[in-house]
Amino acid sequence: MSYEFDWSSIPNAAPFLLQGMLVTLEITAVAVLAGILWGTVLALMRLSGIAPLAAAAAGYVTLFRSVPLVMVLLWFFLIVPQFLQDLLNLGRAADMRLVSAMVGFALFEAAYYSEIIRAGIQSVPRGQIAAAYALGMTHWQAMRLVVLPQAFRNMVPLLLTQAIILFQDTSLVYVSALTDFFGAAYKVGERDGTIVEMLLFAGAVYFVLCYAASQLVRRLQRRLAV
Amino acid sequence: MSYNWNWGVFLQPAASGGGATYLDWLLAGLQMTVAVSLTGWLIALALGTAVGVLRTVPGRAARAFAAAYVEIFRNIPLLVQLFIWYFVAPELLPGGDAVKGLHPVTQQFLAGMLCLGFFTSARVAEQVRAGIESLPRGQRAAALALGFTLPQTYRYVLLPMAFRLVVPPLTSEILNIFKNSAVLSTIGLLELAAQGRQLVDYTAQPYESFIAVTLLYMAINVVVMVLMRVVERRTRVPGYIGGR
Repeated sequence: MSYEFDWSSIPNAAPFLLQGMLVTLEITAVAVLAGILWGTVLALMRLSGIAPLAAAAAGYVTLFRSVPLVMVLLWFFLIVPQFLQDLLNLGRAADMRLVSAMVGFALFEAAYYSEIIRAGIQSVPRGQIAAAYALGMTHWQAMRLVVLPQAFRNMVPLLLTQAIILFQDTSLVYVSALTDFFGAAYKVGERDGTIVEMLLFAGAVYFVLCYAASQLVRRLQRRLAV
Repeated sequence: MSYNWNWGVFLQPAASGGGATYLDWLLAGLQMTVAVSLTGWLIALALGTAVGVLRTVPGRAARAFAAAYVEIFRNIPLLVQLFIWYFVAPELLPGGDAVKGLHPVTQQFLAGMLCLGFFTSARVAEQVRAGIESLPRGQRAAALALGFTLPQTYRYVLLPMAFRLVVPPLTSEILNIFKNSAVLSTIGLLELAAQGRQLVDYTAQPYESFIAVTLLYMAINVVVMVLMRVVERRTRVPGYIGGR
């Protein structure tokens, strides 16, 4: 096999690719923050001891963890925007793809984050809660001031690892034709007839970023170890 | 908000003709999902075991190779790997021209199967490595002291035990490979998610189509979990947590 490589598309399309990377980072950042917030709420519901709340949170987590991410994204690209447009009487023209992507990723990742956070909360020794109660704190004060700060310290490496996975998964917005980094690379490759080079380039960029990030997480993990 | 629910749509004759109904489309998709996931899983188990073992052998070069393998397949998104298998591999690998002459569905299936297999093998390798490393060091030493060669040590002492320990984490990898197979719809393979999307276009009943597909994925999940629970019960090791 002798394949003639032509890498000229990459410098020529650099601004377009960079713009795609910004979309990727934007979706990742929003989904990580919203996912952790909503995931914390779900974990607290599950550990609250109030049966209906715990059951609702458990059902939510099971539902989202048993459905493929692609399916969740298709729901959010094909069905939810139409539903919202009908409900809120928005024009057909309103482009909700970016918002849909962010909401879809956040709701999906929250299910995974809530499991990490639940394990983190459960890893805090029981005596800590007892001591907080003994000091006269209410349940929420004990959670907010004593349990959660320690739990999050234990969870930081896992939360960041999940964020790296999410960063990789954002490439799936391809199903909505939204132009993230991967979408940009693919479009350039298709336009210039350099699909082989652009796909290898995209793979290399993801690899470098994710590998570097996971090495940083590993170092952080060693430093945070109690 | 006015939506006409029509669950009878699945029994209507499909646009493909030949007496097939839309339900048949969904079932064909389900079949494709199961076929590509299971064949991918066989590749993942074989490669993952080999790489997982290499990560624990004494040779430094073998360990470095295995570590690099795992990092590569873990740090590139599944979608990018899939597109590289589908668009790039036939151009660059020997025998690629023969692949390009195959039926398009066969090409999609091959790329999907290899992609899922290699992607999952890196995760399986990590579980197998963890299983081997969790065994007491004395087991390896004892086997070698008894005159076992290194391959014999793995074959008769370390792996039989390690496999029994990693069944629970492998269960979640099987669940993942089924879920990840939905990504193959992006290269046009008509598996479950793609059939669901096609149903939306043909029937104009998006809610019914997507609810049916979502329920089928959940059903796959339940079946895998029930089957693997039987395997877990049979293989668990007495004396360990979860064992008897």
